[in-house]
Amino acid sequence: MLKAVSVRLYTSLLVLVGTMVLVFCIVNVLPGDPALLILDPSSATPEMIANLREQLGLNQPFYERFGEYFLHVLQGDFGKSIVNSEPVLPKIVEHFPATLALTALSSLIAVVIGVTLGVLSAIHRNRWIDIVARMVGLFGISMPTFWSGILLILIFSVQLGWFPAMGSDGFSTLVLPAITLGFVGSGFIVRMVRNSMLEVINEPFIVTLRAKGLPGRFIMYKHALRNALIPALTMVGVIIGDLMAGTVVIETVFSRQGIGRIIADAIMAKDLPVVQGVIFFSAIVYIVVNLLVDISYTLIDPRVRRTG
Amino acid sequence: MKQAVIGKQVWQGSRAEGAAKIRKLKRLAPADLLLYAAAVIVLFIISCALFPSLIAPYSPTLMNTDQIMQPPSLQHVFGTDYFGRDVFSVVVHGSRDSLLIGFVSVLVGCVTGGAIGAVAGYIGGVVDAVFMRLIDVLMTIPGVLLALAIAAALGPSLMNVVLAVAAASIPGYARVMRGQIMSIKGRPFITASRSIGTSSLSIFVRHVLPNSLSPMFVMAAIGIGTAILTGAGLNFLGLGTIKEIPDWGALLSQGRGYLTVAWWICTFPGLAITLFVLSINILGDKVRDQLDPKQSRA
Repeated sequence: MLKAVSVRLYTSLLVLVGTMVLVFCIVNVLPGDPALLILDPSSATPEMIANLREQLGLNQPFYERFGEYFLHVLQGDFGKSIVNSEPVLPKIVEHFPATLALTALSSLIAVVIGVTLGVLSAIHRNRWIDIVARMVGLFGISMPTFWSGILLILIFSVQLGWFPAMGSDGFSTLVLPAITLGFVGSGFIVRMVRNSMLEVINEPFIVTLRAKGLPGRFIMYKHALRNALIPALTMVGVIIGDLMAGTVVIETVFSRQGIGRIIADAIMAKDLPVVQGVIFFSAIVYIVVNLLVDISYTLIDPRVRRTG
Repeated sequence: MKQAVIGKQVWQGSRAEGAAKIRKLKRLAPADLLLYAAAVIVLFIISCALFPSLIAPYSPTLMNTDQIMQPPSLQHVFGTDYFGRDVFSVVVHGSRDSLLIGFVSVLVGCVTGGAIGAVAGYIGGVVDAVFMRLIDVLMTIPGVLLALAIAAALGPSLMNVVLAVAAASIPGYARVMRGQIMSIKGRPFITASRSIGTSSLSIFVRHVLPNSLSPMFVMAAIGIGTAILTGAGLNFLGLGTIKEIPDWGALLSQGRGYLTVAWWICTFPGLAITLFVLSINILGDKVRDQLDPKQSRA
């Protein structure tokens, strides 16, 4: 098992380097000339453009620029903001806890609501709880968060005054954004758990258990649920990543501080080093989360342990 | 006995027909009604995008300074905005860009991703390994962030938003297509075809590809909703162009500043997005149930 984990760790590192190349290419190569993206070509003088190109290191060949960036990243230097020359990494680290809290709480909401409703809906198929679960699933994946968030602000902040509409101090400011984001996640998880549970319920081994005369509840929670949750667990890693990406919109809607807000502002200001830094940082977090999910997978599913 | 029944039917004639119609209506489960409602909504919104001028009661650019931020009324069903424009008309006209982003990006993403997956899966070996590692790397960035980065790098424009949303969906399509191609490739009828001397290309075009397409349709059907949400999100964040007629995401973002005084400006565009995506997803689920028996059993 230790071997499986170390192999997984090694491939994750390789993927991480690949991701660094990709992010670097998107930000530095895709626009053609980043200097022209940052400065308005109609009003900027050729000297301004030349200066910025010098500052961004655009005069060097691509591989040199990437090599330099790579070495700096290894030393924990993600570059400096073009707008205010602040170093990128400390700023990300400073604001990451707020985003982490939001992602964690919304993932918790998503998993609790999603798994509970998904399981109940599969067991009580076509009953009212199943209809509720399917509605949650459909609305969860169909409502844009920037709209549902605004509706929540309208109802719970503007009308009822229960929660603050914006800010990032204290738990009360976390409630509405986490519900908004968690609802989306629960939509995906409900659909997935329901499908996977229904599939397991039809498996021959469940029929055998029934034939043996085991009580239905025991079969469902002891045997069916365990098997149904394994495919669901893989998706949870992906969903946590999506929820983290979702904070870009949510932190803008609720005016929260966090790395989602940093990247949204950086995009508006065309602050490419910051954009690059935040995306690469998020990719690291995402890879780590999925690594943890994979490892927990081997702990839960004995079949993976044996073959891995 | 049979004679008697037939006789009865003939005798009752139209009454029996009417009763059959009622029985048929009663047989329509709520799920069917939901499906019809979804189809009607999708058709209506698509016709809004195709013929906005026929449906919208006012011009979307007509600014009426006497009627600034009027709440919904019979005259302006969705109210008016801060320029005195009729929100319903703006939403109807804005559907064009929103839907364009959804449909075109799914088309581009599905074709590109499908092609990568098909080539990787059919050729295998080094080609497969290279393509799939590339896809693995693409998948380490959550779709929305990837779209955000690409849209930011390309600069604000409608076409760039389409490209960004499409690029973010490529890994998903590529993986599904590859898996499908590989499973078809190993089937006995492919071996049979090869054994009678059919060329590799011809097997691919005539047997492997057609048999691999149905999961792609399912994914594309569900993907339209996701693409519209992502596209509207990018426009909400301001990555699209600022146009005279905003799309739903941009309109919502503009209305956000007036939330406490005019709730209708951002409520209705959001409702339009939700209704359309919801309906597309209901139809998409149906397509999946029809094309994928394994899933529909579940």
